[in-house]
Amino acid sequence: MYRQDTIMELREQLDKKETTKEELFEKANKLAHTFQEEYNSFVTIIDKPKFKDRDSLLSGIPYALKDNFSTSGILTTASSNILKDYVPVYDSTVYKKLKNAGAVLVGKTVLDELAMGGTGTTGHTGIVRNPWDKSRMIGGSSAGSAASVALGIVPYAIGSDTGDSVRKPAAFGGLVGFKPTYGRISRYGLFAFASSLDHVAYFTRNVKDSAIITDVLKGYDPQDMVTLKDDGKKYLDSIDNDIQGKKLFYIKEICDREYYKDSNDKELLEVLDKFHELLDKCRSLGFEVEEVSVDKKLLEAVYPTYMCISCAEATSNNANLTGIQFGPRGEGVTTQEIMFDARTKGFSELIKRRFILGSYILQKENQEKLFLNACRVRRLIVDKITELFKEYDGLILPASGGIAPKFDASSEKLSDRYLLLENHLAIGNFGGFPSITLPYGMVNDMPIGVNITGRVKDDELVLNMANKIESVTGFKNIIAKVGDIDV
Amino acid sequence: MYKVVIGLEVHCELDTVSKNFSAAPNKFSEYPNENVATVDLGLPGILPVANKEACRKALLTALALHCKAPDEVIFDRKNYFYPDLPKGYQITQNTKPMGINGYLDIMVNGKMKRVDIHDLHLEEDTASLEHFPKYSLIDYNRSGVPLIEIVTEPCMESADEAVQFLEDLRDVFLFLGVSEAKSNYGQMRCDVNISLMEENATKLGTKVEMKNINAFNNVRAAIEYEIKRQSEVLSSGGKVVQETRRIAEDGKTYSMREKVDALDYKYFIEPNIPSTPLTEEYIEKLRSSLPELKLDRYLKYIEKYNMSDYDAGVLSKERPISDYFEEVLSYGSDVELSVNFVTTTVLGTLNKLEISLEDFFITPKMLSEVITLVRDGKISLDHARKILYQAIDEKVDPNELIKKQNLHQINDEGELLKLITEIMDDNLEIVRQYVEDGNRSAVNFFIGQTMKRSNRQANPNKSMEIIKEELERRKNNAK
Repeated sequence: MYRQDTIMELREQLDKKETTKEELFEKANKLAHTFQEEYNSFVTIIDKPKFKDRDSLLSGIPYALKDNFSTSGILTTASSNILKDYVPVYDSTVYKKLKNAGAVLVGKTVLDELAMGGTGTTGHTGIVRNPWDKSRMIGGSSAGSAASVALGIVPYAIGSDTGDSVRKPAAFGGLVGFKPTYGRISRYGLFAFASSLDHVAYFTRNVKDSAIITDVLKGYDPQDMVTLKDDGKKYLDSIDNDIQGKKLFYIKEICDREYYKDSNDKELLEVLDKFHELLDKCRSLGFEVEEVSVDKKLLEAVYPTYMCISCAEATSNNANLTGIQFGPRGEGVTTQEIMFDARTKGFSELIKRRFILGSYILQKENQEKLFLNACRVRRLIVDKITELFKEYDGLILPASGGIAPKFDASSEKLSDRYLLLENHLAIGNFGGFPSITLPYGMVNDMPIGVNITGRVKDDELVLNMANKIESVTGFKNIIAKVGDIDV
Repeated sequence: MYKVVIGLEVHCELDTVSKNFSAAPNKFSEYPNENVATVDLGLPGILPVANKEACRKALLTALALHCKAPDEVIFDRKNYFYPDLPKGYQITQNTKPMGINGYLDIMVNGKMKRVDIHDLHLEEDTASLEHFPKYSLIDYNRSGVPLIEIVTEPCMESADEAVQFLEDLRDVFLFLGVSEAKSNYGQMRCDVNISLMEENATKLGTKVEMKNINAFNNVRAAIEYEIKRQSEVLSSGGKVVQETRRIAEDGKTYSMREKVDALDYKYFIEPNIPSTPLTEEYIEKLRSSLPELKLDRYLKYIEKYNMSDYDAGVLSKERPISDYFEEVLSYGSDVELSVNFVTTTVLGTLNKLEISLEDFFITPKMLSEVITLVRDGKISLDHARKILYQAIDEKVDPNELIKKQNLHQINDEGELLKLITEIMDDNLEIVRQYVEDGNRSAVNFFIGQTMKRSNRQANPNKSMEIIKEELERRKNNAK
C-alpha cells in the first residue's frame, strides 16, 4: 500500500515498527526507477541514501527535491545544460532542515529549465509526463516533483513557486500544493529565478501533510534577509480548528459562468460548475462565501506584470552562469567571447528569449515604462487584494480553467481564459500571500484543483480552511492509477 | 592657458570584521582565495546578507562629509558581465546612496577650498585578476569587501587641489576609524576625470577618465601629464577625445579605450535586501558621535590655544596624537606646557622607540599630573623630562617615581632655612670668608651644598634668596 500512504500513515508504520526507513527507501527507490523511463520525474535518483534517526514526523520518510535546491555533493542541474555537471559545495537551508529532520532524499526532480516555464517540457533531460494521462503535461515548473507524488513514489516533494510553479501542477496532478507566506521559509540555496517572487512550496496528497512539512521548514534564517521571525507555532496543532463564520470571496471577473457561456470549451464550463458546487459545500460547512467584483483591467494586467518583473529579475539572477566560476567553459579568446559562447550553448531558446525580454525591460530607455510600471501595477493588485482581505479570510478560485493540457495543444495566450483563469495564481506571488491548491473533482478523468489564498502571515488559517474544505471534496489522498504497480 | 576641471571618484575599502554581504572575513591575506564564502563566489542559490557595521561606517562617513542621509537603506544591482564579478552584478547603491550633496573643506597652499561631494555610496568590491601571457587567475579574497565610493563634483582646478583633497579625505577615514585607507594595499584608489576649457568658456570640455590610480603621487603625475597633453592638443587646434586612459610607470598616460556610449548597467533595486528605514533619531545619534576632524582641530588649536602653525599642524595631523593631546588638556593642564611635552617628550619617544601611542606607557592622565607639578613649580621642567624618560623605561607611573624619589621640591622657607643654617654651621670658614673677605663665591658654594644635601629637592631660587639673606644677616651680626 506504500504508494497511497500519507506522511502520517508512514509515521505510524515506522513508529509501530511495521516497517523500517530502509524498507521505505527501497520501495521509493524501486518505484522511482520503475517509472523513470515513462514519466521522467528525476534528474538524479539516489541509490545510496544516508539515514539519520531524528525526533521529527518526517524522520525516515522518503521525499523528492526539485533540482534547483543546492545539495552539497549531489548534482544539481536546474534542468539546464549550463549546469548539467554542476555539483554544489553547500546545502540549501531547506535541504539542511530536511536532513536534520531525518527525511530521506529519493531523488532530485526535473523542472522546466531554470524553473522558467509551466509545461514540464523544457528540462535538459526531457519532458515530464502526467501520471493521470501520459499524453498530457503535468505542468511546471516543478514538474518532476508533482509527478513523483502523483505516481506515489514519495508522499511529498519539494518544489519552488514563482508564478504558480507548484500550485498549477498540483491542480493538474490531483495533488495538494502549498506555498506559504513569502519569507516563511528560507530561499537560501534555492536557485533564484525572480527573487521578489520566488517561494519554497511543496506537493502532498493531503492538507495535513502540508502542515507537517511547513512546521519543519519554516523559520527565520540569518542567510535569507527576507525571512520572517519565528511565530513559534505548530500549524499541525490548529489544523482542525473550527472555521464557522470564516469568510471567503471569489472574483466574479475570473469565474462567473456568464462570461464563458458562449465558449465551446466544455471542460472549462465543467470546471466552473464544479467550482460553484464546491462553494455551496463550503457554505454548508459554515463558511460565508461571497462574490466580489474586481476591475478586469487590473486582472488582465497580472500576466504581463508577472512577465515583466520575472524576466527582468531572471536575467540578472542568472548572470552568474557564465562558465567562468563553474559550468562548461566556453570557447573564445577574450573573456567576453568565452562567456558569450558558454551562454549561447548552455541555454535553450526559450530561456534566451526570457533573458532578452528581461534585458530589454531593464534598459534605461524602457525601464520606466516597462519595469517600474510593472512594479507599480503589482503594488495596485496587491493593495486591492489586501484591502479585500480586511473583510475576507480567503480568496477561493479554480486553480486553472481546465485540465492538464495535451502536449500538442495550442495555447491561446491572450484569450480571456488564459489571461484571467490561467494566471491569477501569480497574485499569490505578487503579495507573498500563503496559497494552497487542492483537488476537488475530476473532469474527463483528469483531476482539477481549487485554490485558496489568504492574508500574509496567515498560513495557519489557510491550512486550517483548506483542511476543512478537503473534507468535503471527496478527493483527498488520490494518486494516479498507473497499472497495478505497488511495492 | 586653459582652465582645468577635475572630478574624482574615490573608492575606499571599509574596515569591518566580515565582508559586505557575506560572513567571510574582511582582511588582507597573502594566500589567494582564503577569505571566501559561497556568497562571494556567486554560486547558484546564494543570497546577500547586508553588513550592519559597513552600513554604519558608510553613513558615518557621509555625515562627516556633510552629506544628506537617505530615509532608508536600500541597495541596487549594477548589471554587467566581467570575470571579476562572479554574480554578474555588483550590489551597490544607485537609487538612494548613503549620502548626497556634501562637501569637504580643504586647505590648499594656505587657502581654504570647498570640494563638493556629489554622493557617497556603499558597494562591494570585485575579485582581483592576475594576468599571465596565456591565462588569467582570479582571487576572490577581495570579492565582496565593503567599499565606499565618493564622487566629487567636477570642482577641482589643479593637481595640488586633487592631491590635497585625497590626503584630507584619507585623514577623514582615519579620524573616523572607518578604514586604514592604505593605498599601497589598494584600500584607497581613485578614478580621475579631467577636462580643459577656455578661460572664459561656460561649457565643460571633453572629459578624459583615468581609472584605478592607487598612489597619490601617481594622481599628481597623471593630472600634470594630462594638463600638458590636452593643452598641446587644444592649442594646436585639435580635439580631445573622450576616452579612458591609464597611467604607466613612466608617468605618462596611455589610451585604453575610447568611450562610445556610457554602458547601461540596468540598475534595479536589490530584491533580497529589505529596506531598513533610517530614523531622524538614529541619524542624529550617529552625527553626534562624529569626532572633530583634522581641519577643525587645526583651526581650533590656532584660534583657541594660540598655537603656532607648526604645533597646530603636528598636533592635529593624526587622530591618536590629537586625542592624546586633548585628553591631557581635559584634565585642566596648562596648554603651553602640554604642547611642549606632547610635541617633544611624547612624540620624540614615539619616534625614537618606533612605537605607536597604543604601546606608549604614559597615559594622558599621568602626563597631566606631571605637568601640574611643573606648573605649580613643584618640580622643574628639566626634572619632569628626566622622570618621564625613566618612567617610560621602567614602565612605572612617573608620579610614583616622583613620590618614591622624594623629588618634590622643598618650597617651605622654614625648612629651607633650617637646612641652610645647618650647612653654614658646618662650614663656618666659608661663612667667614663671605663675612670678612666679601668672597661672593660662597653663595655658589652654599647653593651647591643645599642642592646636594636636599637630594636636589630644594627650590633653587628660594634657596638662593635665603642663602643670600642668611649670609647678609651673619655679616651684619658680625659687625
